[in-house]
Amino acid sequence: MNLSATRCSQRHRFRSLREVMAKASPLRSGDCLAGLAAATEAERIAARWVLADLPLRSFLEEPLVPYEDDEVTRWIIDSHDPAAFAPVSAMTVGEFRDWLLGPDATTTALSNLAPGLTPEMVAAVSKIMRNQDLLLVARRCEVVTRFRNTLGLRGHLAVRLQPNHPTDDPAGIVAGVIDGLMLGAGDAVIGINPASDSISDLVRLQQVLADVIQRGNIPTQTCVLAHVTNTMQAMALGAPVDLVFQSIAGTEAANRAFGIDLKLLDEAHAMAQSLRRGTLGQQLMYFETGQGSALSANAHHEVDQQTCEARAYAVARRYQPLLVNTVVGFIGPEYLYDGKQIIRAGLEDHFCGKLLGLPMGCDICYTNHAEADQDDMDNLMVLLASAGLNFLIGVPGADDIMLNYQSTSFHDALVLREMLGLRRAPEFDAWLQQMDLADTQGRLYPSTRPTQLPSLLWSLPETA
Amino acid sequence: MKPPRFPSTGSPQADSWTALRRYTPARIALGRSGVSLPTREVLAFAQAHAEARDAIHLPIDFDTLDQQLQSDGWPAALRLHTLAATRHEYLLRPDRGRRLDVASMALLNAWRTHTAAPTLALVIGDGLSALGVQQHAAALLRAIHDLAPAGLDLGPPVLVEQARVAVGDEIGQALGARLVAMVIGERPGLSSPDSLGIYLTYAPGPNCTDAQRNCISNVRPAGQPPLIAAQRLIWLVQEALRTGITGIGLKDLSGLALTGDAPGIGPL
Repeated sequence: MNLSATRCSQRHRFRSLREVMAKASPLRSGDCLAGLAAATEAERIAARWVLADLPLRSFLEEPLVPYEDDEVTRWIIDSHDPAAFAPVSAMTVGEFRDWLLGPDATTTALSNLAPGLTPEMVAAVSKIMRNQDLLLVARRCEVVTRFRNTLGLRGHLAVRLQPNHPTDDPAGIVAGVIDGLMLGAGDAVIGINPASDSISDLVRLQQVLADVIQRGNIPTQTCVLAHVTNTMQAMALGAPVDLVFQSIAGTEAANRAFGIDLKLLDEAHAMAQSLRRGTLGQQLMYFETGQGSALSANAHHEVDQQTCEARAYAVARRYQPLLVNTVVGFIGPEYLYDGKQIIRAGLEDHFCGKLLGLPMGCDICYTNHAEADQDDMDNLMVLLASAGLNFLIGVPGADDIMLNYQSTSFHDALVLREMLGLRRAPEFDAWLQQMDLADTQGRLYPSTRPTQLPSLLWSLPETA
Repeated sequence: MKPPRFPSTGSPQADSWTALRRYTPARIALGRSGVSLPTREVLAFAQAHAEARDAIHLPIDFDTLDQQLQSDGWPAALRLHTLAATRHEYLLRPDRGRRLDVASMALLNAWRTHTAAPTLALVIGDGLSALGVQQHAAALLRAIHDLAPAGLDLGPPVLVEQARVAVGDEIGQALGARLVAMVIGERPGLSSPDSLGIYLTYAPGPNCTDAQRNCISNVRPAGQPPLIAAQRLIWLVQEALRTGITGIGLKDLSGLALTGDAPGIGPL
């Protein structure tokens, strides 16, 4: 393997594939924090030249995280499909980029190729792609998933309705749910991040959400984003669990820091499947990821944060999930410093996930200690929506009052629909029409017009 | 509680579900200009963001907090600093916010030579909201003190500047504590610049991971009130001492609500 390059009469030599990958990455604070980033801009581009000439096969021959030490690597290597890989198996990383942008990389070809690609391959090619490349190729991928509705169809964009409340107060949560539904959001999932860690609170929230969608006969699914072990306890208690959520990362050690491993996820997946609550499909896992989590747990094996992130998608695809989203700007400025870094990471994550066959969404977000603002989020949401993003997050007014960060709002999704002509999940769109909230084009009627939905769903105080 | 009336009797321009605003501090029923946010909401959001940005850089005043704690009857606090010298370094180098500087380590070691190890070490760090620590830490510690069972040795409070959660592990270990409770300013939200988080870790040490901690979050009068947070903490402390474990192996079965007054919502 040739790991050196001469550019502008300067010779750059790299010791390992891992080092080439890290140094080829666009600048971000997390790789600097880890001491892995290129020392100069020239070294960064030299690493890209080297990377472009490496065979894709290198990543099968030299795992970046050792096979013996890491169950995620073992899963990646053992589940690799050589037949699916065949069309690109002789290519270098650079040739693979050219192929991805060319006419042969059709939606069908990319879908067939996905099981033949490893996270390291897609991370590698992303590092030599510009933002427009990441958008163009991701747009060719179509990943459709089903539980109670149909998500991911071309020309569609779904919204996770995120009605978080600082104390999990049921009335406050239902008020947030109604706000989202009245603004046409909630087809991806109605999903709460609980403030409480307790099992009884978890079960109560699951019941509140199940009650709301039953009362409104809403064609969607619910989720309380608790730790998977809590959700398993809730299922054992008979709670109405549609989707099983878990945060996942790209190395065994990082997952251990999250309190999970593949065996535990296997168990949770089987347990939820046995409930048979889906009507159109049984894709019921919901995963969140984000660059920097492996380093944050000191579990990155000297691998750059974007490659670690792509490896998390290998964990995700083991379960044919309904939803996967990177929470791209949540982690903070020590990993993604500013709007530029957050936007680039969001495009990379969406591209890598889609190429690996995942129903990628994105929590387009930032925290108050990052150098970013709403304008950066506007940019990223338009970019991702134009590249076929499966879903984004909808939070009332973009202000999550429980998790203390800024995401996208229900209004933001409406803006994208108007600008780009994107529709909701078909079943959900039909429901909005039935409820007399939207016209046949999916456009909402004026919000001042009285409708029956709020009183239909507002049942909580009367049960007191 | 009476169900709200729909539509609102307010402005004719208001969303038909505006009556729900009294049930949540979330930004609901904001109205629409076309499909976009109305001008007043865009500016209100920008203003809140500006205030939160400013709050991140507010320095902590531990002298005043130490005086408050002493007037509540606590012994003088141990005053420590992490390796992160400045706020800028703190933001970009979380590793340095997880380790004590040399002088602080020496101070702890000297302390240990003449003092018995506490059962529960109470560590207060500025984190990302000095405001939250400044405003609510004293009330929280008062409640913890009042609720602690006899025989639970708490030791003196420990105050750490430029602190991340994991610095509590190093402190707890240096003090020889069986448990450490790290009270720290949470990342400021637009609507809540003053939240505290409490992280409880059994057998604190350098190899602890986040999966070994129990977290009590959003501690502030308008969120989880300090009194309830203290009750929850003491419940978790007693369970941790009984079972020798914290984190995902210790589930919060305290049965405590997150607020003191869940407004009129019965069991479902």
